[in-house]
Amino acid sequence: MHNNVHAAGLPPTQDSALISDILIIIMQVASMHFKARVGAKLADVKLQAALKKLQGNFVKGRADRMAELDNVEALRTHAAAIRDRVLNNLDVYLEEFEKNATARGAIVHWAETTADVNRIVCELAQRYHVKKAVKSKSMVSEECALNDALEAAGVEVVETDLGEYILQLAKEPPSHIIAPVIHKGRDEISDLFAAKHQLPRKTDIGELTLEARQMLRRHFLTADMGISGANFIVAETGTTLIVTNEGNGRMTTTLPRVHVAITGIEKVVPTLEDVTTLLRLLPRSATGQTISNYISFTTGTKDAEDAFGAEHFHIILLDGGRTKLIGTDMQEMLRCIRCGACMNHCPVYQNVGGHAYGWVYPGPMGSILTPTYVGLENALDLPHASTFCNQCGVVCPVKIPLPDLMRKLREKQVERGLRPWQERFAFKAWSWVAQRPALYAIAARVGARALKWMGGSRKLIHHLPFAGGWTEGRDMPAPQGKTFRELYGERK
Amino acid sequence: MSARDNILARIRTAQGRSGAPGAEERAAVAAHLNSHPEGPRPQQASDPVAGFAACATKLSTTVDQVAGMAEVPPAIARYLEQNNLPKAAVCWPELFELEWEAAGIKIEARAAEGSDLVGITSAFCAIAETGTLLTLSGPRTPATTSLLPETHIAVVRACRMVRSMEDAWKLLRDERGASFMPRAANFISGPSRTADIEQTLVLGAHGPYRVHIVLVG
Repeated sequence: MHNNVHAAGLPPTQDSALISDILIIIMQVASMHFKARVGAKLADVKLQAALKKLQGNFVKGRADRMAELDNVEALRTHAAAIRDRVLNNLDVYLEEFEKNATARGAIVHWAETTADVNRIVCELAQRYHVKKAVKSKSMVSEECALNDALEAAGVEVVETDLGEYILQLAKEPPSHIIAPVIHKGRDEISDLFAAKHQLPRKTDIGELTLEARQMLRRHFLTADMGISGANFIVAETGTTLIVTNEGNGRMTTTLPRVHVAITGIEKVVPTLEDVTTLLRLLPRSATGQTISNYISFTTGTKDAEDAFGAEHFHIILLDGGRTKLIGTDMQEMLRCIRCGACMNHCPVYQNVGGHAYGWVYPGPMGSILTPTYVGLENALDLPHASTFCNQCGVVCPVKIPLPDLMRKLREKQVERGLRPWQERFAFKAWSWVAQRPALYAIAARVGARALKWMGGSRKLIHHLPFAGGWTEGRDMPAPQGKTFRELYGERK
Repeated sequence: MSARDNILARIRTAQGRSGAPGAEERAAVAAHLNSHPEGPRPQQASDPVAGFAACATKLSTTVDQVAGMAEVPPAIARYLEQNNLPKAAVCWPELFELEWEAAGIKIEARAAEGSDLVGITSAFCAIAETGTLLTLSGPRTPATTSLLPETHIAVVRACRMVRSMEDAWKLLRDERGASFMPRAANFISGPSRTADIEQTLVLGAHGPYRVHIVLVG
């Protein structure tokens, strides 16, 4: 038996749904301007310094923790198989989860769109007379732009992950799924806290953290609703779980009388043993930790005698574009456990940071999730934001072939005629010539000799028409006059 | 059609399956859930207690070892003195009967609140592989005692040491029956931490600054 707030007779709050739709459209549009944004990001000295640190900590940390295991490949293979098992029978596992969660007193909601998530949460806030909600980090709620919807409905929302709290004060989106505030320096945070908290400006990172702790502790103790994501949901027991280091996730799921967990339908995992394998890989891949400080498993509501714990536990399962991947050549992407290793190891992400990608998920993960969730036509540059070096594929704990999937998206762009007219024209022209071998040979000979002439005595081409992107940053070695076919003919 | 029906129907259509899941499909899923097979385990320390202590220490947990329960209050008193911490604490009821007063510690058996500075708990078990405590919420084991105070002290009997998470699940299934998962089961591995500002590690983000474990026996 499933429950649905709407069916229970409460009207949807249309304004908040509309606002979140508009925000999502704005963010979608942002993904169209990847190339335009890259220049500014590369020139941003502070961002570049911050991104360097990421490589030191997360990349080296991951390598060190993986080296301590004697069976990394066996774990990755098993982890991928666990995810595939679920995805190939997703409907049955979701029904099992729902059945077991409901048996323990949780109420499971299904949301087809991100606007539906916002509507359901706003209705719950209304039903339980919620004035203040505390949130632990949830990327799915970022997909929904949930905070804006709740604020529009008159609910005070407080992000409690330190990074997300800073971003909420600064009114900025996260730039990394694990380290959301990676793009911001300590000075900026000092100024921000001094202005928003109206306290003497602090510069020590420990003191800044303490100040946030004191501010947020008040909120934890007075909030009516806790909103969390779920790293996984367990079909066997109807459990949701979150993996955190700060302890804000535990506060959020322990202290308020209402707990709402929001997650994607693909996050279901069959058993606790299966979760164990994924948990051996997630913190190591994400932050270079053997285990995160807190892994909090929540099953059902509190018992009458319990002093703490939510009396009302609602779990919202979001489709939000995920079913579009099921049964297609993109399904492997749904294995993703959101560790962020792909972005940490990506030479493109390492140089431009997360905001350039324009939506919730940056890096290789985002280059696939954004176009598949919000539409290929809304994120044209992203499948091209890769050198195809396959560092992402090598480190992915669930063996997602990320470059293959990006290549498939590039193919789909061509099939749907979404590439710029210059590119389409160039390929058409090339294909026309290539089908005429004699003409092709002449064109190649003319081209090779022209390039040799352009290279001059130093045999280097500084500027190439129609290929400024290539020659802007480096010279192109000039061909030395003869085509491959000519050389091959001579040797025969 | 509800959102639920639409989503489930979309999944089935995308997978080329028609109608509701058949008995065979459900049986295959049920078989996996009922047998809950283990995945590959990494190599594990030969001595779980020593392995636990080594892992926990790496996570900034401090570890003490005593021979019996009677030695727990004096050991905790020493820890509090050494760290200039108040000798007043809240504890889980099961630990209330120990000789706290004789050790100079003022103790209360209740759930911790926002202003309590030291919380003393036991654990359902401890996991050697990662230096982790597993605590279960309940009327006599409130989750806040290991969360709200600045210092969390856990008293763990050596006989409650298991090698891995899989062994912890087995213990839960064996000892607690059908609804073996409590409302909140928490893996705790060291003090609360954050590195959100300039990737600089700070202990005590929201939860305890210190986690101290007293291994007994």
